[in-house]
Amino acid sequence: MEALLNGLFTNVDWAEIGWASWDTLVMVGLSLLFSVLIGLPVGVLLFLTGKRQLLEQPVAYAILSFVVNVLRSVPFIILLIVMIPFTVMLIGTSLGVAGAIPPLVAGGAPFFARLVETSLREVDRGIIEATQAMGANVRQIILGALLPEALPGIIAGITVTAITLVSYAAMSGVIGGGGLGDLAIRFGYQRFQTDVMVITVALLVIFVQLLQMAGDRLVLYFSRK
Amino acid sequence: MIEFDQVQKSYQVAGRAIPALHPTSMTIAAGEVFGIVGHSGAGKSTLVRLINLLERPTGGRILIDGENVTGYDAGELRAFRRKVGMIFQHFNLLSSKTVADNIAFPMKLAGIYSRSEIRDRVSELLARVGLADHADKYPSQLSGGQKQRVGIARALACRPTILLCDEATSALDPQTTQSVLSLLADINRELGLTIVLITHEMDVVRRVCDRVAVMDAGRVVEMGAVSDVFLHPQHPTTRDFVFESENIDRGEMQQDLAHADGRILRLTFRGESTYRPLLGSVARQSGVDFSILSGRIDHIKDTPYGQLTLSLVGGDLEVAMQALEAADVHVEVLR
Repeated sequence: MEALLNGLFTNVDWAEIGWASWDTLVMVGLSLLFSVLIGLPVGVLLFLTGKRQLLEQPVAYAILSFVVNVLRSVPFIILLIVMIPFTVMLIGTSLGVAGAIPPLVAGGAPFFARLVETSLREVDRGIIEATQAMGANVRQIILGALLPEALPGIIAGITVTAITLVSYAAMSGVIGGGGLGDLAIRFGYQRFQTDVMVITVALLVIFVQLLQMAGDRLVLYFSRK
Repeated sequence: MIEFDQVQKSYQVAGRAIPALHPTSMTIAAGEVFGIVGHSGAGKSTLVRLINLLERPTGGRILIDGENVTGYDAGELRAFRRKVGMIFQHFNLLSSKTVADNIAFPMKLAGIYSRSEIRDRVSELLARVGLADHADKYPSQLSGGQKQRVGIARALACRPTILLCDEATSALDPQTTQSVLSLLADINRELGLTIVLITHEMDVVRRVCDRVAVMDAGRVVEMGAVSDVFLHPQHPTTRDFVFESENIDRGEMQQDLAHADGRILRLTFRGESTYRPLLGSVARQSGVDFSILSGRIDHIKDTPYGQLTLSLVGGDLEVAMQALEAADVHVEVLR
């Protein structure tokens, strides 16, 4: 088996593939964590300050919405480069796994924030009204009613964000970000090692499939409708 | 007691004030079942939401048990709302919580009940609304009637003194409507709680309400005891509602009357007189012959009533009318 694999993929260093996969996993995992930590409150704020919502604040909404839109409209490959000075300031390097995380979060958090806003808007207004009528304050409405009701939508949003981050993480290979993308660019592209390219792409596909399956399972588990 | 003192509400639409409720004054007594009937857009939904201040009035005062609630600050308002339960047309249950957790929700929000108090109250309420076996189900697993029972249990959790019902039976089939209405009537009797109920069906009012206000285009156009309003409607809107609930087609009725001979009377019996064998004895006394053109015998809340349209020919009409009035029958001459 091993002989066959080595015969077919002459250029592939399996230990290298293993490390690169681990790096991708770490980049996606950490950037997803920070994207959710930042994107969730931003999404809730976007929802609350929106038109005819609990804390309607046209100015705050406009500013927040503008920032989110700017980050989302910059192509990620550009964002990677634009973020370099900021990343160096924040982490000390713009290279490797650590250097890839700030641009990934800058791309992932606003994306996730919009998804949170959308799934909160899907919650029936009657639920908010009923909760208000029970004497709940805004914090209780958010934590007790809105977020639990929107949970399946938010989990679906996390899945979509995670998958987007997989592709962003691969892209970060261009500026030396590490992981499978880095491998694909350095060996598969620059050294014409097609077998390395095939393996990295196959691994990314498998990774995305697993994420989607896990996300779908969770959405189903939390859906009571 | 709920008092409206020149309460009004208007919405700003494109810089113009659109009135939803014209200045309205009325009093709803403690412990009564008060119905508000009107077509959609008549302002009844606004009126009921003014009571727990989900809508803020743009003028006037709302007094609950003598206290001006429009002046409450945020904390006082939240405490006040716990004393006013509310149920909704589409139930508005949390789909992510079980039946028991839905009922416990307002108590948890209040933050003044211990865990065991909440548990005991929830099982007591589940038993009261007949859903003891469904505690751990999710709302999506229940029928419409069961969902509304959960809604009622949830509204009662913090022992409110007022229960607001926003079209609570409009999404239910007739049989389920009947069972939800009798549950509301029982609750009103047992707990002495004031119920304000809005509906577009006069039949709902007839079955459970003590008094009723009829709304049209943001105004209360008629108000009074259900039996008075129902049996002797004055305002055209009220008449429409009453005819609608009795399935009377006005055109057909006019035609039927046109074919009848003699004097046409509408007799209204209320209470015990409904069951007395009155018509025969009046006919013998006065010598008139009568035929029944239309009629209905039913109940308003717990009081039986009958309303008959008769044509009378021959005999002494005066004697007949006097005999009827002497027997406490309301006589209205239609022709």
